[in-house]
Amino acid sequence: MERELKYVGKRAVRIDGLEKITGAAKYTDDLDFGPSMLYVAVLESPYAHAIIKNIDTSEAEKMPGVRAVLSGKDFPEKFGLYLKDNSIFPADRVRYIGEQVAAVVAETPAQAKAAVKKIKVDYEPLPVLQNPLDAIKPDAPLIHPDLGKYEVVPWLYPQPGTNIAHVRKIRKGDVDKAFEEAEYVLEDWYHVPHVVHAPIETHISVALYSYDGRLTLWNSTQSPHTQRNIIAHSLKIPHKNVRVIASYVGGGFGGKAGISMEVIAAVAAMKVPGHPVKLRWTRKQEFQNSSQRQELYAHIKMGVNKEGKIIALKHELFWDVGASAEYGSNVVNATGFSATGPYYIPNVYIDSFAIYTNRPPCGAYRGFGYSEFHFGIESHMDRMAKMIGMDPVEFRRKNAIRRGQPVAYGVEMNPTGILECIDKVAEKIEWGKEDKSPDPTKVRAKGFAAVWKAPAMPPNESSAAFLKFSEDGSINLLVSGMELGQGFLTAMAKIAAEELSLPLEKIRVELPDTDRNPYEWQTVASHVTWSCGNAVRRAAIDARNQILDTVSRAYHIDKANLYLEDGKVKCYTDPEFELPYEDFVINGIEMPDGTFRGGPIMGHGMFMPEFTSAKVNPETGLGGHPNVHYTTGAGAVEIEIDKETGRIRVLKMAEAFDAGKAINPDLVEGQIIGGFVQGLGTALWEEVKFDENGRILNPNFTDYKIPTALDVPRDMNPIIVEVAQPDGPFGARGIAEHTMIPVMPAVANAVENALGIRIKDVPITPEKILNALKEKEQKNEN
Amino acid sequence: MKKEINFTLNGNPVKIEVMPNEKLLDVLRDRLGVKSPKHGCGRGECGACSVLLNGKSIRSCITLAIEVDGQEITTLEGLEKNGMTDLQKSFLQHNSFQCGFCAPGMTITATELLNKNPHPDEEEVREAIAGNLCRCTGYQNIIDAILDVSKKE
Repeated sequence: MERELKYVGKRAVRIDGLEKITGAAKYTDDLDFGPSMLYVAVLESPYAHAIIKNIDTSEAEKMPGVRAVLSGKDFPEKFGLYLKDNSIFPADRVRYIGEQVAAVVAETPAQAKAAVKKIKVDYEPLPVLQNPLDAIKPDAPLIHPDLGKYEVVPWLYPQPGTNIAHVRKIRKGDVDKAFEEAEYVLEDWYHVPHVVHAPIETHISVALYSYDGRLTLWNSTQSPHTQRNIIAHSLKIPHKNVRVIASYVGGGFGGKAGISMEVIAAVAAMKVPGHPVKLRWTRKQEFQNSSQRQELYAHIKMGVNKEGKIIALKHELFWDVGASAEYGSNVVNATGFSATGPYYIPNVYIDSFAIYTNRPPCGAYRGFGYSEFHFGIESHMDRMAKMIGMDPVEFRRKNAIRRGQPVAYGVEMNPTGILECIDKVAEKIEWGKEDKSPDPTKVRAKGFAAVWKAPAMPPNESSAAFLKFSEDGSINLLVSGMELGQGFLTAMAKIAAEELSLPLEKIRVELPDTDRNPYEWQTVASHVTWSCGNAVRRAAIDARNQILDTVSRAYHIDKANLYLEDGKVKCYTDPEFELPYEDFVINGIEMPDGTFRGGPIMGHGMFMPEFTSAKVNPETGLGGHPNVHYTTGAGAVEIEIDKETGRIRVLKMAEAFDAGKAINPDLVEGQIIGGFVQGLGTALWEEVKFDENGRILNPNFTDYKIPTALDVPRDMNPIIVEVAQPDGPFGARGIAEHTMIPVMPAVANAVENALGIRIKDVPITPEKILNALKEKEQKNEN
Repeated sequence: MKKEINFTLNGNPVKIEVMPNEKLLDVLRDRLGVKSPKHGCGRGECGACSVLLNGKSIRSCITLAIEVDGQEITTLEGLEKNGMTDLQKSFLQHNSFQCGFCAPGMTITATELLNKNPHPDEEEVREAIAGNLCRCTGYQNIIDAILDVSKKE
């Protein structure tokens, strides 16, 4: 018989709520390090592409308060997560404006800044590449002439002698033949520009290299263990001597995944042993030197048969990954496997290129490339539906992938509630029902999109958990997933609470310290609820078994007759028997002869998927099992456009995702609303603008607008669908990134439904609307 | 160059020497150890550094410390001196925040609103907090929590 759940799936106040609402929550910049603290400032490249001929730091070294000056001469090491193409300080050439060329460590931030200005660098400017379609041309100047020499994971394929850092191909079926057989064929280009994560807390790192050779970092990060690994590996320090301590993170969204500026703090600390050194990015540096979302030019050709079934897809994705692909190459890889969208398509041809340019490095950004390619695919789906005369929601239903059907790389689709998501969103947005604006200059319409996303991870990513009881029967749960706001701590607490039948108030989940907390790969890919959740569940079951063992031995009760309820051990065969945890979880159980049984209860658990494999045929993408599972969903908007100004307001939204099992329903809904609004920013306003030299024109919140409380729909409808993931904790799978993905295409589709114009380039600004309207009028006149 | 200033911080007198170019935010955080106002942009754009100056919210990252001489500054620490406010309790119940970094500034701004206008409608709430950027929540649970308090009073 299935147990009734007491904690999982129930509404609750998040366990980090009190800390955050009282201001007690500590972010890295809130920690105190005492009077020996020193400050780091970096010298940034003024050129997007140039040879460094010479760096003269002698004047800077003489400046007041200066303790150390660092440059590529001191630290030539390369680093990176998947492809080690990134420099701590570039020794030979700079590849984007804002790249750190040197750094100063000084007693005050002002002294560090003043000294940086005294560093003299001789540059020889090189041609600047800003468009991936130019950079991929055979005669393009090379941004990484040493591409063939970089260390790289075995499942990425850099192309030395080109600007292509990786290409992921899918060749399934026979697309050429299928296009011939198709009744309807449509092809077009779509474009998504660079955007930034814009967490309100910028990157910050404090590093201390102590005289005994230990390096400790306090970082705002999604990836404490991965950072430790990269730093230990790159700087050749034993792992045991590198320690990363993570405080609360003031927004990550992928931007604090992997490693970036933290390596600068690390090497700066190594120059001044005994002193903590602080490096905090300014907002401008956050724009130009953390990571951005990659730009995408996508070419889509889709073929549909008479029955309205998609039979062929050719999808070419040209990604601008910027000056480094150390992380972004995996975005390109992941989307290459999945660029069909959530549809079963028998014949698929995908090329996904990671292309270097002289723009800032790009990497993980909530959605991991799926937002970008879904803009094309889901725009195209609506246009195809129009072409064949089918309702776009019906067209999506008809082609939506079902459980057991092969995905693009050939593996069977996991259980999925995609049809339920589509139906519930259609119902909530009142699909098919017209809504007229009372204002004759304004027109209303609805737009729809369906989505999917899989976590993009190495096949052997893993999570571990450790929990220990205290004398009062409460537990400290140690994990190394990060609380980014998504509700990770609460989810882990609930999983432990459920298995140990312990109220949430008795559970504290600790933020990571790589010395003490067990391993977690990274908090990315919307996978920690699933992966770390499984580890926590196993740790709790381990502790439960220890509890039952102890009680069974002490009281000579068969373990099978014992169970846990509300913080007590109870017995099926003896209703009187009741032993609260606090009576024994540390000090054991006293026997009649005065001896004790038991001892401190400590559970541990780990999880690694053992069915995934990155070993695929590089020419076809087939033969492996790169993804663990897909989460599916759908979203729709109702918009109102002012025909005179081109301004769009989103009046209403509905989004549904198949969470498998929502461990925290409130927080899942919070993710849906928050992710939708972040997506809305990218649909309507957000774009990093560059001048002809590659300089960012809008590196601040005045010129780069993120949504405010006035900009969001007044009617937002998050919907949770639950079709269990068989290997998820209580059936759960991730949903956090997915919530952004439907927004760009749903808005573009609504615009077409409102005005009959198709915008293929986000953000959909009033200017683009008015230009398209003008073009349409001219066409009608001719 | 240094100038001594005197002001009231969360009800307590403060006497401190500051440079004329020192920002109030840096003085509060780095010299007085008051950490609830956060550094988000340094340009007065995001609202994470909001504090109350004589009951009116200001951006402490673009306010010079010498400007507050003789005046009264209140941060989140001052608001909750006698326990959580009703607004904070409402934020807690609504799971209003995610990463939480904007929470102190948002609380300052919403407190100012409710002091001036105890029963705002939804649009007034949106207008009031429009200068406090939150990248996580989409604002809905923050707005709901503020409206809930305004209905109770």
